[in-house]
Amino acid sequence: MEPTESSKTRISPYRLFLIFSQITLAGFGGAMFWARRRLVERERCLTDREFVEFLTLGQLLPGPPGLNLTVLVGYRFGGWAGAVAAVGGFVGWPFLVVIGMGVLYHYYGTLPIVQRALTGMSIVAAGLIFATFAKVVKVLPRRWQPVLFAILAFVGVGVLRWPLLWVIGALAPMALFAAWREQS
Amino acid sequence: MARGDLLALFLHSLALWFVSIGGPSTILPEFHRYLVEAHRLMSNSQFVELYTLAQAAPGPNFMYVTLMGWHLAGWTGAALMTIAVLVPTMTFSLILGHMNQRRPNGTVGHVVKRGLTPITIGLMCASSTILIRAVNHNWRAYLLTLVTVTFVLRTPWNPLWLLAVGALAGVLGLV
Repeated sequence: MEPTESSKTRISPYRLFLIFSQITLAGFGGAMFWARRRLVERERCLTDREFVEFLTLGQLLPGPPGLNLTVLVGYRFGGWAGAVAAVGGFVGWPFLVVIGMGVLYHYYGTLPIVQRALTGMSIVAAGLIFATFAKVVKVLPRRWQPVLFAILAFVGVGVLRWPLLWVIGALAPMALFAAWREQS
Repeated sequence: MARGDLLALFLHSLALWFVSIGGPSTILPEFHRYLVEAHRLMSNSQFVELYTLAQAAPGPNFMYVTLMGWHLAGWTGAALMTIAVLVPTMTFSLILGHMNQRRPNGTVGHVVKRGLTPITIGLMCASSTILIRAVNHNWRAYLLTLVTVTFVLRTPWNPLWLLAVGALAGVLGLV
Protein backbone atom coordinates (compact mmCIF):
# COMPACT_ATOMS: atom_id res chain seq x y z
CA MET A 1 0.00 0.00 0.00
CA GLU A 2 1.50 3.33 -0.98
CA PRO A 3 1.35 6.17 1.57
CA THR A 4 -1.74 8.34 1.20
CA GLU A 5 0.14 11.52 2.05
CA SER A 6 3.70 12.49 1.25
CA SER A 7 6.02 13.66 3.99
CA LYS A 8 7.15 16.95 2.47
CA THR A 9 5.30 19.96 3.84
CA ARG A 10 7.21 23.08 2.73
CA ILE A 11 9.01 24.07 -0.45
CA SER A 12 10.63 27.49 -0.82
CA PRO A 13 8.99 29.94 -3.26
CA TYR A 14 12.22 30.09 -5.27
CA ARG A 15 12.22 26.31 -5.68
CA LEU A 16 8.51 26.30 -6.60
CA PHE A 17 9.30 28.92 -9.23
CA LEU A 18 12.03 26.66 -10.65
CA ILE A 19 9.88 23.50 -10.56
CA PHE A 20 6.97 25.10 -12.40
CA SER A 21 9.31 26.85 -14.86
CA GLN A 22 10.65 23.45 -15.84
CA ILE A 23 7.20 21.88 -15.99
CA THR A 24 5.89 24.59 -18.27
CA LEU A 25 8.92 24.73 -20.55
CA ALA A 26 8.74 20.99 -21.14
CA GLY A 27 4.97 21.12 -21.40
CA PHE A 28 4.19 20.82 -25.08
CA GLY A 29 0.63 19.63 -25.55
CA GLY A 30 -0.59 20.11 -22.00
CA ALA A 31 1.11 20.39 -18.65
CA MET A 32 -0.55 17.40 -16.98
CA PHE A 33 2.01 14.79 -18.00
CA TRP A 34 5.00 16.95 -17.07
CA ALA A 35 3.45 18.12 -13.81
CA ARG A 36 2.88 14.53 -12.67
CA ARG A 37 6.35 13.42 -13.76
CA ARG A 38 8.00 16.25 -11.85
CA LEU A 39 5.85 16.44 -8.72
CA VAL A 40 5.14 12.73 -8.18
CA GLU A 41 8.16 10.95 -9.67
CA ARG A 42 11.04 13.42 -9.31
CA GLU A 43 10.29 15.67 -6.34
CA ARG A 44 8.15 13.07 -4.58
CA CYS A 45 6.24 15.89 -2.91
CA LEU A 46 2.87 14.46 -3.96
CA THR A 47 1.56 10.90 -4.17
CA ASP A 48 -0.44 9.82 -7.22
CA ARG A 49 -3.60 10.06 -5.15
CA GLU A 50 -2.87 13.63 -4.03
CA PHE A 51 -2.01 14.55 -7.61
CA VAL A 52 -5.36 13.31 -8.92
CA GLU A 53 -7.16 15.06 -6.06
CA PHE A 54 -5.49 18.37 -6.93
CA LEU A 55 -6.37 17.75 -10.58
CA THR A 56 -9.99 17.11 -9.62
CA LEU A 57 -10.16 20.36 -7.66
CA GLY A 58 -8.44 22.15 -10.55
CA GLN A 59 -11.13 20.98 -12.95
CA LEU A 60 -13.97 22.06 -10.68
CA LEU A 61 -12.71 25.62 -10.50
CA PRO A 62 -13.06 28.19 -13.29
CA GLY A 63 -9.97 28.73 -15.39
CA PRO A 64 -7.48 26.38 -17.06
CA PRO A 65 -7.08 23.20 -14.95
CA GLY A 66 -3.28 23.29 -15.30
CA LEU A 67 -3.14 26.80 -13.90
CA ASN A 68 -5.47 25.87 -11.03
CA LEU A 69 -3.23 22.92 -10.24
CA THR A 70 -0.22 25.27 -10.19
CA VAL A 71 -1.92 27.66 -7.75
CA LEU A 72 -3.16 24.85 -5.49
CA VAL A 73 0.22 23.10 -5.34
CA GLY A 74 2.09 26.39 -4.90
CA TYR A 75 -0.21 27.40 -2.05
CA ARG A 76 -0.05 23.96 -0.43
CA PHE A 77 3.76 24.00 -0.20
CA GLY A 78 4.57 27.71 0.03
CA GLY A 79 1.49 29.71 1.02
CA TRP A 80 0.68 32.94 -0.83
CA ALA A 81 4.30 33.54 -1.85
CA GLY A 82 4.54 29.97 -3.09
CA ALA A 83 1.40 30.29 -5.19
CA VAL A 84 2.61 33.53 -6.78
CA ALA A 85 6.08 32.07 -7.41
CA ALA A 86 4.64 28.90 -8.98
CA VAL A 87 2.34 30.90 -11.27
CA GLY A 88 5.24 33.22 -12.17
CA GLY A 89 7.27 30.23 -13.33
CA PHE A 90 4.31 28.53 -15.02
CA VAL A 91 3.06 31.55 -17.01
CA GLY A 92 6.08 33.91 -17.14
CA TRP A 93 8.28 31.98 -19.57
CA PRO A 94 5.50 30.96 -21.99
CA PHE A 95 4.39 34.61 -21.98
CA LEU A 96 7.78 35.67 -23.33
CA VAL A 97 8.12 32.72 -25.71
CA VAL A 98 4.69 33.18 -27.23
CA ILE A 99 5.33 36.88 -27.85
CA GLY A 100 8.64 35.97 -29.45
CA MET A 101 6.66 33.71 -31.78
CA GLY A 102 4.24 36.57 -32.36
CA VAL A 103 7.12 38.75 -33.53
CA LEU A 104 8.25 36.03 -35.94
CA TYR A 105 4.67 35.60 -37.19
CA HIS A 106 4.45 39.33 -37.73
CA TYR A 107 7.43 39.26 -40.09
CA TYR A 108 7.20 35.85 -41.72
CA GLY A 109 3.63 34.57 -41.27
CA THR A 110 3.10 30.95 -40.30
CA LEU A 111 5.08 28.49 -42.24
CA PRO A 112 3.38 25.22 -43.24
CA ILE A 113 6.34 23.51 -41.58
CA VAL A 114 5.13 24.70 -38.15
CA GLN A 115 1.73 23.14 -38.84
CA ARG A 116 3.33 19.83 -39.87
CA ALA A 117 5.71 19.71 -36.91
CA LEU A 118 2.75 20.42 -34.66
CA THR A 119 0.81 17.49 -36.12
CA GLY A 120 3.67 15.13 -35.26
CA MET A 121 4.05 16.57 -31.78
CA SER A 122 0.36 16.28 -30.99
CA ILE A 123 0.50 12.56 -31.81
CA VAL A 124 3.18 12.15 -29.13
CA ALA A 125 1.29 14.47 -26.76
CA ALA A 126 -1.82 12.26 -27.06
CA GLY A 127 0.33 9.29 -26.04
CA LEU A 128 1.68 11.23 -23.05
CA ILE A 129 -1.83 11.92 -21.76
CA PHE A 130 -2.81 8.28 -22.15
CA ALA A 131 0.35 7.23 -20.27
CA THR A 132 -0.55 9.62 -17.44
CA PHE A 133 -3.98 8.00 -17.26
CA ALA A 134 -2.37 4.54 -17.18
CA LYS A 135 -0.18 5.61 -14.27
CA VAL A 136 -2.83 7.23 -12.08
CA VAL A 137 -5.57 4.66 -12.70
CA LYS A 138 -4.10 2.60 -9.84
CA VAL A 139 -5.41 5.09 -7.26
CA LEU A 140 -8.96 4.15 -8.22
CA PRO A 141 -10.38 2.18 -5.26
CA ARG A 142 -11.11 -1.41 -6.24
CA ARG A 143 -14.80 -1.26 -5.51
CA TRP A 144 -17.62 -1.33 -8.02
CA GLN A 145 -18.91 2.19 -7.41
CA PRO A 146 -15.77 4.27 -8.16
CA VAL A 147 -14.93 1.98 -11.08
CA LEU A 148 -18.46 2.41 -12.46
CA PHE A 149 -18.27 6.23 -12.26
CA ALA A 150 -14.91 6.22 -14.05
CA ILE A 151 -16.30 3.99 -16.81
CA LEU A 152 -19.48 6.09 -17.19
CA ALA A 153 -17.45 9.31 -17.45
CA PHE A 154 -15.24 7.68 -20.09
CA VAL A 155 -18.14 6.29 -22.12
CA GLY A 156 -20.21 9.50 -21.93
CA VAL A 157 -17.45 11.83 -23.04
CA GLY A 158 -15.04 9.57 -24.91
CA VAL A 159 -17.37 7.18 -26.76
CA LEU A 160 -20.79 8.83 -27.00
CA ARG A 161 -19.19 12.31 -27.23
CA TRP A 162 -21.81 13.98 -25.07
CA PRO A 163 -21.00 17.53 -23.89
CA LEU A 164 -18.62 17.53 -20.93
CA LEU A 165 -20.84 19.71 -18.73
CA TRP A 166 -23.85 17.39 -19.16
CA VAL A 167 -21.86 14.32 -18.24
CA ILE A 168 -20.29 15.95 -15.19
CA GLY A 169 -23.65 17.48 -14.24
CA ALA A 170 -25.28 14.06 -14.32
CA LEU A 171 -22.50 12.03 -12.72
CA ALA A 172 -21.09 14.41 -10.10
CA PRO A 173 -24.19 14.53 -7.82
CA MET A 174 -24.45 10.72 -7.84
CA ALA A 175 -20.72 10.29 -7.20
CA LEU A 176 -20.83 12.83 -4.37
CA PHE A 177 -23.87 11.12 -2.83
CA ALA A 178 -22.14 7.73 -2.99
CA ALA A 179 -18.98 9.14 -1.39
CA TRP A 180 -21.02 10.89 1.30
CA ARG A 181 -22.90 7.70 2.20
CA GLU A 182 -19.64 5.81 2.38
CA GLN A 183 -18.25 8.48 4.70
CA SER A 184 -21.08 8.40 7.23
CA MET B 1 -6.85 48.98 -31.65
CA ALA B 2 -8.86 51.69 -29.88
CA ARG B 3 -8.54 51.91 -26.11
CA GLY B 4 -12.30 51.42 -25.64
CA ASP B 5 -12.31 48.24 -27.77
CA LEU B 6 -9.37 46.86 -25.81
CA LEU B 7 -11.08 47.56 -22.50
CA ALA B 8 -14.26 45.87 -23.77
CA LEU B 9 -12.24 42.83 -24.88
CA PHE B 10 -10.49 42.69 -21.50
CA LEU B 11 -13.76 42.82 -19.56
CA HIS B 12 -15.35 40.26 -21.87
CA SER B 13 -12.48 37.78 -21.41
CA LEU B 14 -12.42 38.40 -17.67
CA ALA B 15 -16.11 37.46 -17.51
CA LEU B 16 -15.55 34.43 -19.76
CA TRP B 17 -12.77 33.03 -17.60
CA PHE B 18 -14.86 33.54 -14.48
CA VAL B 19 -17.44 31.11 -15.83
CA SER B 20 -15.05 28.79 -17.69
CA ILE B 21 -15.51 25.57 -15.77
CA GLY B 22 -14.17 22.60 -17.67
CA GLY B 23 -11.15 24.25 -19.18
CA PRO B 24 -10.08 26.50 -22.01
CA SER B 25 -11.57 24.32 -24.77
CA THR B 26 -15.01 25.65 -23.84
CA ILE B 27 -13.65 29.19 -24.20
CA LEU B 28 -12.16 28.89 -27.68
CA PRO B 29 -15.45 29.00 -29.67
CA GLU B 30 -16.56 32.05 -27.71
CA PHE B 31 -13.28 33.90 -28.43
CA HIS B 32 -13.70 33.02 -32.08
CA ARG B 33 -17.24 34.43 -32.09
CA TYR B 34 -16.16 37.63 -30.33
CA LEU B 35 -12.95 38.36 -32.23
CA VAL B 36 -13.80 37.11 -35.72
CA GLU B 37 -17.57 37.24 -36.16
CA ALA B 38 -18.97 39.87 -33.80
CA HIS B 39 -16.22 42.51 -33.77
CA ARG B 40 -14.12 41.62 -36.83
CA LEU B 41 -10.87 42.29 -35.00
CA MET B 42 -9.08 39.59 -37.00
CA SER B 43 -9.82 37.30 -39.93
CA ASN B 44 -10.69 33.64 -39.55
CA SER B 45 -7.35 32.51 -40.96
CA GLN B 46 -5.45 34.88 -38.65
CA PHE B 47 -7.34 33.39 -35.71
CA VAL B 48 -6.45 29.84 -36.75
CA GLU B 49 -2.81 30.73 -37.45
CA LEU B 50 -2.32 32.49 -34.11
CA TYR B 51 -3.97 29.60 -32.29
CA THR B 52 -1.75 27.06 -34.06
CA LEU B 53 1.37 29.12 -33.41
CA ALA B 54 0.61 29.34 -29.68
CA GLN B 55 0.10 25.57 -29.52
CA ALA B 56 3.57 25.10 -31.01
CA ALA B 57 5.11 27.01 -28.10
CA PRO B 58 5.96 25.31 -24.81
CA GLY B 59 3.62 26.13 -21.97
CA PRO B 60 -0.04 25.84 -21.11
CA ASN B 61 -2.61 25.66 -23.91
CA PHE B 62 -4.37 28.86 -22.99
CA MET B 63 -1.43 31.06 -24.04
CA TYR B 64 -3.15 31.63 -27.38
CA VAL B 65 -5.11 34.45 -25.70
CA THR B 66 -1.81 36.17 -24.81
CA LEU B 67 -0.64 35.88 -28.40
CA MET B 68 -3.94 37.22 -29.74
CA GLY B 69 -3.76 40.11 -27.26
CA TRP B 70 -0.23 40.89 -28.45
CA HIS B 71 -1.33 40.72 -32.07
CA LEU B 72 -4.18 43.17 -31.43
CA ALA B 73 -2.59 45.65 -29.05
CA GLY B 74 1.09 44.87 -28.40
CA TRP B 75 2.44 44.43 -24.87
CA THR B 76 -0.62 46.03 -23.29
CA GLY B 77 -2.90 43.60 -25.11
CA ALA B 78 -0.77 40.60 -24.16
CA ALA B 79 -0.64 41.66 -20.51
CA LEU B 80 -4.38 42.38 -20.29
CA MET B 81 -5.42 39.07 -21.90
CA THR B 82 -3.09 37.18 -19.54
CA ILE B 83 -4.36 39.07 -16.48
CA ALA B 84 -7.91 38.19 -17.55
CA VAL B 85 -6.97 34.51 -17.15
CA LEU B 86 -4.96 34.89 -13.96
CA VAL B 87 -7.40 36.92 -11.85
CA PRO B 88 -10.40 34.54 -11.83
CA THR B 89 -8.22 31.43 -11.70
CA MET B 90 -6.06 32.59 -8.80
CA THR B 91 -9.00 34.01 -6.86
CA PHE B 92 -10.95 30.75 -6.75
CA SER B 93 -7.92 28.47 -6.41
CA LEU B 94 -6.51 30.44 -3.50
CA ILE B 95 -9.85 30.46 -1.70
CA LEU B 96 -10.23 26.72 -2.18
CA GLY B 97 -6.57 26.06 -1.35
CA HIS B 98 -6.95 28.07 1.83
CA MET B 99 -10.10 26.19 2.88
CA ASN B 100 -8.46 22.88 2.04
CA GLN B 101 -5.41 23.82 4.09
CA ARG B 102 -7.35 24.79 7.18
CA ARG B 103 -9.46 21.66 7.21
CA PRO B 104 -7.61 19.13 5.06
CA ASN B 105 -9.74 16.28 6.32
CA GLY B 106 -13.04 18.13 6.61
CA THR B 107 -16.04 16.06 5.56
CA VAL B 108 -17.05 18.22 2.58
CA GLY B 109 -13.55 18.39 1.09
CA HIS B 110 -13.03 14.71 1.66
CA VAL B 111 -16.33 13.75 0.02
CA VAL B 112 -15.68 16.05 -2.97
CA LYS B 113 -12.16 14.73 -3.52
CA ARG B 114 -12.99 11.05 -3.06
CA GLY B 115 -16.29 11.26 -4.90
CA LEU B 116 -15.08 13.08 -8.00
CA THR B 117 -11.64 11.49 -8.41
CA PRO B 118 -13.07 8.51 -10.37
CA ILE B 119 -14.76 10.95 -12.77
CA THR B 120 -11.45 12.80 -13.28
CA ILE B 121 -9.74 9.50 -14.11
CA GLY B 122 -12.52 8.53 -16.53
CA LEU B 123 -12.32 11.93 -18.23
CA MET B 124 -8.54 11.64 -18.52
CA CYS B 125 -8.99 8.37 -20.40
CA ALA B 126 -11.70 9.95 -22.57
CA SER B 127 -9.65 13.00 -23.54
CA SER B 128 -6.62 10.91 -24.44
CA THR B 129 -8.61 8.53 -26.65
CA ILE B 130 -10.45 11.44 -28.33
CA LEU B 131 -7.11 13.10 -29.00
CA ILE B 132 -5.52 9.88 -30.25
CA ARG B 133 -8.36 9.38 -32.74
CA ALA B 134 -8.35 13.05 -33.81
CA VAL B 135 -4.65 13.35 -34.58
CA ASN B 136 -3.82 9.90 -35.93
CA HIS B 137 -4.59 9.38 -39.58
CA ASN B 138 -2.44 6.40 -40.57
CA TRP B 139 -0.73 3.36 -39.07
CA ARG B 140 2.59 5.18 -38.63
CA ALA B 141 0.89 7.76 -36.45
CA TYR B 142 -0.73 5.05 -34.31
CA LEU B 143 2.66 3.37 -34.04
CA LEU B 144 4.19 6.63 -32.79
CA THR B 145 1.48 6.97 -30.13
CA LEU B 146 2.00 3.34 -29.09
CA VAL B 147 5.78 3.82 -28.89
CA THR B 148 5.23 6.95 -26.75
CA VAL B 149 2.97 5.13 -24.27
CA THR B 150 5.33 2.14 -24.01
CA PHE B 151 8.35 4.40 -23.65
CA VAL B 152 6.77 6.37 -20.81
CA LEU B 153 5.47 3.32 -18.94
CA ARG B 154 8.53 1.09 -19.37
CA THR B 155 11.54 3.43 -19.21
CA PRO B 156 12.62 6.19 -16.82
CA TRP B 157 14.00 8.35 -19.65
CA ASN B 158 12.85 11.85 -20.45
CA PRO B 159 10.23 11.73 -23.22
CA LEU B 160 11.09 15.25 -24.37
CA TRP B 161 13.03 13.86 -27.29
CA LEU B 162 9.99 11.82 -28.33
CA LEU B 163 8.32 15.18 -28.98
CA ALA B 164 11.31 16.08 -31.15
CA VAL B 165 10.91 12.79 -33.03
CA GLY B 166 7.22 13.58 -33.46
CA ALA B 167 7.99 17.05 -34.80
CA LEU B 168 10.53 15.60 -37.23
CA ALA B 169 8.16 12.87 -38.39
CA GLY B 170 5.55 15.58 -39.00
CA VAL B 171 7.93 17.78 -40.97
CA LEU B 172 9.01 14.82 -43.10
CA GLY B 173 5.37 14.01 -43.77
CA LEU B 174 5.52 10.53 -42.24
CA VAL B 175 2.53 10.92 -39.93
